[in-house]
Amino acid sequence: MTEIRSAFAVRIRSIRIPLRRGQARAPGEREPELPRRPMQPNPIVPPRTVARRALLALVAIMSFLACLSVAAVSIVSERAYDWRNQIAEEVTIQVKPASDGDTDALVARAVDVALQVPGIRSAVPISEADAAKLLEPWLGRDFDRSELPVPRLIAVRIAPGADIAALSRRLHEEVPNASLDDHSLWMKRLSSMANVMMMLGLAILLLVMVATALCVVFATRGAMAGSRDVIEVLHFIGAEDSYVAREYQRHFLVLGLKGAGIGGALAAGSFLATGLVARFQGSTPEEAQLRTLFGSLIVGPPGYLGALATVLVTAGIIAVTARWTVTRTLKELEHSSG
Amino acid sequence: MIDPSESVIRFENVGLRYGLGPEVLRDVSFSIAPGSFQYVTGPSGAGKTSLLRLLFLSLRPTRGILQIFGQDAATIRRDKVQSTRRRIGIVFQDFRLLEHLTTFENVALPLRVLGTEESSYRRDVSELLDWVGLGEKMWVYPQVLSGGEKQRAAIARALITRPEILLADEPTGNVDPPLARRLLRLFIELNRLGTSVVIATHDLGLMDQYDARRLILEAGHLAIHD
Repeated sequence: MTEIRSAFAVRIRSIRIPLRRGQARAPGEREPELPRRPMQPNPIVPPRTVARRALLALVAIMSFLACLSVAAVSIVSERAYDWRNQIAEEVTIQVKPASDGDTDALVARAVDVALQVPGIRSAVPISEADAAKLLEPWLGRDFDRSELPVPRLIAVRIAPGADIAALSRRLHEEVPNASLDDHSLWMKRLSSMANVMMMLGLAILLLVMVATALCVVFATRGAMAGSRDVIEVLHFIGAEDSYVAREYQRHFLVLGLKGAGIGGALAAGSFLATGLVARFQGSTPEEAQLRTLFGSLIVGPPGYLGALATVLVTAGIIAVTARWTVTRTLKELEHSSG
Repeated sequence: MIDPSESVIRFENVGLRYGLGPEVLRDVSFSIAPGSFQYVTGPSGAGKTSLLRLLFLSLRPTRGILQIFGQDAATIRRDKVQSTRRRIGIVFQDFRLLEHLTTFENVALPLRVLGTEESSYRRDVSELLDWVGLGEKMWVYPQVLSGGEKQRAAIARALITRPEILLADEPTGNVDPPLARRLLRLFIELNRLGTSVVIATHDLGLMDQYDARRLILEAGHLAIHD
């Protein structure tokens, strides 16, 4: 092989084609500066086209929207889980004001009864000041508590499997003014609302992901429309199909990671910003209610993980579409042979 | 007359049609011997480009037998097509240089796609570019090359893998007569190095400069003038 190469080299040197007339330089004339070789070899796949810049922007936008959807579903899912857990772990004992005025004694009695029932972790009376705060959103700050027969509340934390029926029965028998609210009505309503919101969120997420996938697939195919010439040349100079497909897949995977990464990073930035803003939220009753219901709108780790998965899936879709388009083009080139 | 068993390419009653259209090539029979030189000529639309496309497996015959390096084009395995194609150098009429690659990179492309390290072919490519008179245009992009320079770069790309047969489609179609003569001289030298050369052209002046076998296509039929 070395001998053949040497012979070839010697032979081709001996038959150099003369330069065009007029290219000879006068003695002392400086040689024109020749273009330098690129620092890095140019990639096989043309790197920058308008269609690919448009694809990058579209992927970034769609990825951003998809990450927001993922975060929204994640927040709703976490809240729904928290609602169920909090309600399931807590029951409330209401003690109506005693006719003789010694409500505190009734409350103490109810606490004693509750703590005697197996599975009860704690029973803490809610102070009148705290109870007043709970009523503030509806009655304002300056209402006179003595004008309303407001029942006293005891927050009871329970272990899973606690005998709630026994607690209810003993309260009924031993503290006549006391009644037990096991939150079952709220639980049912919140549970069904949480389920509806989860389903709605998942449906929106699914739609966004499908829209993202379709946009990305068509934009990738559009961006590759100008690549047919390059693919043809590579094919006809003897490049293996797998090589051509690999080059395009790698190129579009990098492009997808860039675009989806930008969208994902913007989404993560907006999650952090939302979290920071939520910490400095005001303390008006309306805001307090919202916080109670929805938490602080802080995206937890599942939201970030979901965003990362969205970025990877989007980039993967682009890479697979590019490979598929190249493979199809190569098949067309072979099948055009009739 | 060429012994078919010694030929690198053999056509036997080959016919070709596109889709359901009429036959563009009819009963074409000829062989190409190793180290031979021939022109494929004929008026525009006679089927020269179709014949060249058959020769580098871009098309398959709709009837007849086409053997390339002893392999039947109709039954050649898909995984063997590219390795067979690499034994054939092709110079397209429109050059088909990749605009985002330098002259050096365009010429080295057939080696690069095989995964060859640049260090192992850098010298060969440089020498070949010197040979075709593009040594000083090694690191420029095709946009700044003239038609003749593009043609020479395309020829260098076809030669870099030292193919057994070189196909050139109208290689002098876009260049002035002096450059056409230089290109012809290049093909002749290459042929002397042992490569079979097939030039598709309708340039009678070019054919008169170097006497060689002529495959003349007329309305899809082939006549041979040895």
